[in-house]
Amino acid sequence: MYALEFDENVCAKCPSPDCLLKCQYMKWDKETAHGEMMKVVRGEDSRLLKECVTCYACEEYCRRGNHPFYLISERREEKGLYTAPRPITNQWINMTRMQGKQMVGKITDRVLSSCFIPALGGMVSGEIFKDLTGSIVFGAEFMCPAVHTHFAKMSVIKERLPMVMENFKKLGVKEVICLHDECYGTYTSIASAYGMEVPFKPIYYMDFLLDRLKELQDKIKPLNIKAAYQRPCSNRLIPDKHHLAKDIMDFIGVELPEREYQDENCLCCADILRSISGYRLANDVQQRNIEDMLKTGAEYCVFNCPACQSTLSEKVGKKGLKPIHIIDLCKIAIGEKGGAVR
Amino acid sequence: MSDIFKSLIEIVGDRGVSNTPEELWFYSRDPGVLAPHRPDYVVAPQTTDQVQKVVQLANREKVPIVPMGNGMALTGLVIPLKGGIVMDMKRMNKILEVNEKARYVVVEGGTSQGVLKAYLQDHYPHLRHSLPDAPPVTTIAANVALHGQGRLTQQYGFNSDMVTGLEVVLPTGDICKIGSPSLGPYWFSKGPTLPDLSGLFLGWLGTTGIFTKVGLKLYPNKKIREVELFVTDRVELVSEILYKLTHLEMLEDINVWFQPKPLMFKDNYHITIYFTGDTEEEIEFKRKMIWDALQGFIDTKDGGFMGLQFMKEMLLEMPQRGIADFADVPKGGGFEYSGPITLVAHFPRYAAKVIELAAKYDVLYASSARIISGGHSMMFSISFAFNRADPAMMNRVKNALDEATGFALEMGGIPWKPNFMEQKMIMEKMDPNTLKLLQMVKRNLDPQGIMNPGNWEVN
Amino acid sequence: MEYAHSIEHAEIVHRCFRCGYCKFPGDYVDFNCPSYKAFGWDTYSPGGRMWLIRAWLNDEIKASPHFAEILYSCVACDNCKDQCVFPKFKDFLPDIFQETKAELVTEGKIPPKVRDYFKAITVNGNPYKLPQAERGKWAEGTGLQEFTDQEYLFYVGCVGSYDEVGQKMARTVGKLLADVGVSVGILGSEETCDGNEVKILGEIGLFTKLAEDNIMKFKKKGVKKIITLDPHALNVFKKDYPKLGGNFEVSHYTEILARLIKEKRIALSAYKGKVTYHDPCYLGRHNMIYAPPREILKGIPGLELVEMRRNGVSAFCCGGGGGNFFTDILGGGENSANRVRIREALETGARIIAVACPSCAKMLTDAVKMEERENQLEVLSIAEIVGRARSR
Repeated sequence: MYALEFDENVCAKCPSPDCLLKCQYMKWDKETAHGEMMKVVRGEDSRLLKECVTCYACEEYCRRGNHPFYLISERREEKGLYTAPRPITNQWINMTRMQGKQMVGKITDRVLSSCFIPALGGMVSGEIFKDLTGSIVFGAEFMCPAVHTHFAKMSVIKERLPMVMENFKKLGVKEVICLHDECYGTYTSIASAYGMEVPFKPIYYMDFLLDRLKELQDKIKPLNIKAAYQRPCSNRLIPDKHHLAKDIMDFIGVELPEREYQDENCLCCADILRSISGYRLANDVQQRNIEDMLKTGAEYCVFNCPACQSTLSEKVGKKGLKPIHIIDLCKIAIGEKGGAVR
Repeated sequence: MSDIFKSLIEIVGDRGVSNTPEELWFYSRDPGVLAPHRPDYVVAPQTTDQVQKVVQLANREKVPIVPMGNGMALTGLVIPLKGGIVMDMKRMNKILEVNEKARYVVVEGGTSQGVLKAYLQDHYPHLRHSLPDAPPVTTIAANVALHGQGRLTQQYGFNSDMVTGLEVVLPTGDICKIGSPSLGPYWFSKGPTLPDLSGLFLGWLGTTGIFTKVGLKLYPNKKIREVELFVTDRVELVSEILYKLTHLEMLEDINVWFQPKPLMFKDNYHITIYFTGDTEEEIEFKRKMIWDALQGFIDTKDGGFMGLQFMKEMLLEMPQRGIADFADVPKGGGFEYSGPITLVAHFPRYAAKVIELAAKYDVLYASSARIISGGHSMMFSISFAFNRADPAMMNRVKNALDEATGFALEMGGIPWKPNFMEQKMIMEKMDPNTLKLLQMVKRNLDPQGIMNPGNWEVN
Repeated sequence: MEYAHSIEHAEIVHRCFRCGYCKFPGDYVDFNCPSYKAFGWDTYSPGGRMWLIRAWLNDEIKASPHFAEILYSCVACDNCKDQCVFPKFKDFLPDIFQETKAELVTEGKIPPKVRDYFKAITVNGNPYKLPQAERGKWAEGTGLQEFTDQEYLFYVGCVGSYDEVGQKMARTVGKLLADVGVSVGILGSEETCDGNEVKILGEIGLFTKLAEDNIMKFKKKGVKKIITLDPHALNVFKKDYPKLGGNFEVSHYTEILARLIKEKRIALSAYKGKVTYHDPCYLGRHNMIYAPPREILKGIPGLELVEMRRNGVSAFCCGGGGGNFFTDILGGGENSANRVRIREALETGARIIAVACPSCAKMLTDAVKMEERENQLEVLSIAEIVGRARSR
């Protein structure tokens, strides 16, 4: 049975509890913050367990890699506390259950994982992915179960993640290109936090994208557009990869004017916030985020995550921003017809 | 060629009547589970005059007549239990008049739901009617004749409540105008403030006359239509949730549904909440009100709103084409449902009954309820799918549905569009004086007993 | 399951719910099934046919002449396949109708007019019972050459070869293609029937022979690319010939013309008029080619294109498919498809109805006469319109 590899002393001796001090949803002073986190560490009741909205940010804010968010989720589950309402939590568990309805293409050593998100499978076409055409998997059998951290169901992750990795192992693949931050975050951050061995090399799709763009340099026509980037919550699990989004956009001539809610201060798409907290908080977060994008004079809103994209596309579209996934943006840059704008 | 056949040709022309084995076979049954009965003729009139002449002939020759739309009530109400003439009304398909300012339309006895929807979209896009989820070929006349419901029922009542006048050919052959049309050229009322004679025809399942014209209320059609889906796993909370929602007085349709598959719906009760508006502001205001109304359930973690990105288009479709899909789940092309009208507070008992019946009869179930008139009652549908090539399964479904109707009667509910056997169950339970009144009306309107005989009969 | 007759898709026939979605187009504006519109009985709708076929499979009804008429009244327009709401078997509806017809052919229970059609093709090679030797007469005076090694074979089909209206279209298209420098050759009197209708009507043996003969002939002559006049030929060459070993690159002439106009290889001057375009079923619904004819019309200066209420995927069939062009089972009544369609065209205010299929051309030309609207609406092929707009 897997357990969270968490060091009490790291938190106890922490000089600055940035995990909470930087939290965008709860206001703390240094004294109270440290004390509250120690309550969680010790398994006591804490307002943290009720009020955390699961935005994942503290995983990034903690400079010492001690997984405060996973700890909060563990404690919640131990105490039988729900984040989203119980029927919604169970719906997610049921919806993502393995049922043998997987799709496995012509697998090679290197495989693309579209997780359980059909939209991802639809994006991997054209020149950029030409050597990997057909080498793709899709289905609950290959789904990274990270989403259940939002619902404080770490037990589901502990049960399913080994099975998912075993499914990959059975295919004999050596490298898995994760088309979604959550997948890559699962096989790096979550797996290591629980001491699970990963039987393949996970590759972050933006690393792959940037490499391919460099190879296809001659085909690139700079887009010369201004955009705002919607950084997804799961990117907080892999903060060392955050720079890639900007690197790619620099490479293809997309300017990302500075805005308030960027990098460490970014705002999530708020879809989960809606489920957990209700209309008002989510609406407020979305409004602030979109207004911030508009202030930059951006034409496009660039997405990295299909869930953010389906949550915010219509909303940004109504305000005059063109929603597009970064993969489709790259395709346009090399002269291919970008995929459907969602 | 028989004399009757010859006479029918004289009335409707030779393309308007058939007695070939093929037409007779097809028109002897509907897509539900009841046994077929052969008619002797199938007739498709094109004018009220033709309808009248056929009815007069039927009276003379004492031949039964069964009027039909498309037969999608599924409870065998278009099956000619005593043979005779099946009258397919669908060739009377025109839209006669739209009174834009008074918001009503007058259609013929076979005008389909789909044609009216398309017509309004093309010519009066700011007007709509209460569209049911039945396939769009179904007729407006048949829908109101059996107290059907539609998207506007939560706001305005049964679709039959939306009738604004009728032209009926009585079983004796007289043509009768009902409501304001009986006094003048306007179709704004089916009865009030006269004695409401529409009650002699609405709900009688074709046993007291044939509708040749129907006046129907139209309603404002807003530019934006939106939907939210609230989910709970505690069935006992459903009626409280609905009470809070209906208190808002700002919703279009409210449906409550549950089904065991696909897996993501397992063990939950889903409340689809439709609302409309002309501006983003109106929509967001209503959305906020809806969320606020149910915030308490979110706080106790007993209920929450579902993300709808991939379901939204399907939910907003009118009519919902996906509903028919349930028929194909057992790869067999059929389903039938019992949809009694009952109190919202009885939801948990009915929900338990569906699951019990499905297990007892080994059939696949789905259930959907529609709120009527702000929650004064609801239509609770208990639906079972069957494989048409498996008669044993069809029989189990039939028995399950009969038991469902029995249960509804026990609970004090009213079966909706009952088949002829369920009608007998109703009449057995009915207050005896009410039954006497019902029989008296029927006897007097149809002295020869030729209109859809076998229905609403005591014997 | 034991059935009284044998068809390939017997196992799914009972799954039809007779819900009637198949009678309509996607927005329900009017009945879109020509046989249902013409006859008005539910039995003549796709759902009706499915239920009758089920009864026939279960031996509850026999294959009578009326049954055969119902089957053969289908114009094979594919509207039902698009509109059926059951994703798991909607695509097989036309197959089921065709398989049933094939059984009727085997059992000898087909309508006399259908039998005559097969006989004419078998004996004369065309439904008109005209000599094979005259098949190439339409090309006289066009300057079109026999196919030897040109880039394209221009395949005309029976209607284009023998019917007056069809011949006019064949000449116009052929001349236009040659004029603008497309390398085309024709088979002339060597051309034989493509077999599309024969297959739909269930004479599989005859169809296979026609197809195999054509494939052999095309291959022998080194044909690689084909331009068809008739979308029916396009359909069968694209969809059915490959299974018999005939793989050719097939285009409809409107696709070629659209490309040439885009590349500015055809100079067009203004041609003023208001035109509406009728989507042929075999170009549109069957092969999803909707844009090229419209691009051509929009590319003509001065020409205003207005769409009929039902267009594109919901276009109402002219009634010429499913062999009805020859058997005329729909009859010429007020509700027969071609007359309904002409009335729909008149509602747009257009003075021209543009067609891209010789069957449509003939059906709609006849309908204009039956509706007595010769002074209000002209039926013109796309090629004729282009011809009128070409700069001198």
